[in-house]
Amino acid sequence: MRSLAMLLPLASSEEGGGMETPSLGELFPPPFAFDGSNFFEMNRLSLVRIVATVVIVLLMWAGIRATRLIPGRGGGTFEMLMEFVHKQIAVEILGKEAGRRYLPLLATIFFAVLGMSITGVVPFLNIASTSLVAMPLLLACISLVAFIIAGIKSHGAGGYVKSALFPAGAPKAIYVILTPIEFLSTFVLRPATLTIRLMANMIAGHFLLTAFFMMTNYLLISGTSAMKGMSVLPFAGALVFTCFEIFVAALQAYIFTLLTSVYISLAREAH
Amino acid sequence: MILASGAPEGAGLFIPPLFEVIASVLCLLPIAWIVAKKAVPIYLRTLDERTEKIEGGLRRAAEAEEQIAVERAQWAQEIADARAQSGKARDEARAEAQAIVAEARAQASQEAERLLATAKAQIAAEAKAAEEDLRGHIGTLATQLAGQIVGEALEDQALATRVIDRFLDDLEASTVPAGSAGSRR
Repeated sequence: MRSLAMLLPLASSEEGGGMETPSLGELFPPPFAFDGSNFFEMNRLSLVRIVATVVIVLLMWAGIRATRLIPGRGGGTFEMLMEFVHKQIAVEILGKEAGRRYLPLLATIFFAVLGMSITGVVPFLNIASTSLVAMPLLLACISLVAFIIAGIKSHGAGGYVKSALFPAGAPKAIYVILTPIEFLSTFVLRPATLTIRLMANMIAGHFLLTAFFMMTNYLLISGTSAMKGMSVLPFAGALVFTCFEIFVAALQAYIFTLLTSVYISLAREAH
Repeated sequence: MILASGAPEGAGLFIPPLFEVIASVLCLLPIAWIVAKKAVPIYLRTLDERTEKIEGGLRRAAEAEEQIAVERAQWAQEIADARAQSGKARDEARAEAQAIVAEARAQASQEAERLLATAKAQIAAEAKAAEEDLRGHIGTLATQLAGQIVGEALEDQALATRVIDRFLDDLEASTVPAGSAGSRR
């Protein structure tokens, strides 16, 4: 069994009716629809993802409807988030003109990551669809394609490959090592780190919350009367970490978007 | 364990199954559409409009202020002009009044002189008439007196006339310088 039980000897030492521990299996629940179909298989996480999508679209719609020249409360929140992506990320990294041009891409990434990650703390959903590799990888690929296109637009295809893989100023022989390293770091490690950072954060957050809730559950249901009182502690921990996970979701959205704009900015500037 | 049944091994965790990729793409599409095609343009448009409104407002305020300053300067100029004009008018009026007074004074003195001269001429004429009158009377009186003194001796008309004329001539020769001097005095 691949689970935290292996890492928690105290919990696993109890035979039988011991405490349930979070496991990776939760991220791969059995399908409930289109089982066996390679294209449209549905499981709990697919459903969470669809719910998140619908909610993001509806909130965006509401935000658009509430946007006025003189901002009200609803439009103000929407604009505040947009302004954060615009001013704090796009304009800050790319400058006024390019920041404006790349805002649609950056805002899409930001809201997608935020919306898909925040489901981890929403009751009854309780899992982030970004804790599966597909969504982070897809977004990382979009980021990769975006900065390659930005580089080609600025320097031409040849110029960009040259500036990305053959940094000027190095002795010719060095390129034998430098070029593979540059290729790896720019075109492989960048999307890979984007993917893994987001995914691992969400998995860790999920496990943390699950562990706290399972501990609360175990102490309250199976514990002796003295132990039942102790269940307050993991529950408080769960509450604290729920708030922390909201912060992490926002932080990951910020980091993902910020790094994408940094990569675009680096591709636009010649070495 | 049913919980762990679907979990992939090792690197499999990082290789998404095809249905996951398709589902992710299908979910990302509406998000990308509403954010990139709707939300961002509306946000940017509102932002631009607001910036324009604020900048326009500030510009208009500055223009209005400038205009007020210009108008205020104009008013000040106009007030100064009016003040100068009224001062000039007052000076002119004063000068005119002075001229009128002077003219009136001159006219009055002229009139006075004229009256004086007329009066003098009248007096002189009256004096002269009185003198003539007096002379006639004196002649008659003297003749009567002389007739009474001389008596009936002087019956001869021609002689009488001659005597009288000579007497008058003498009288005149002796009295005219004294009489004219007396009238002048």
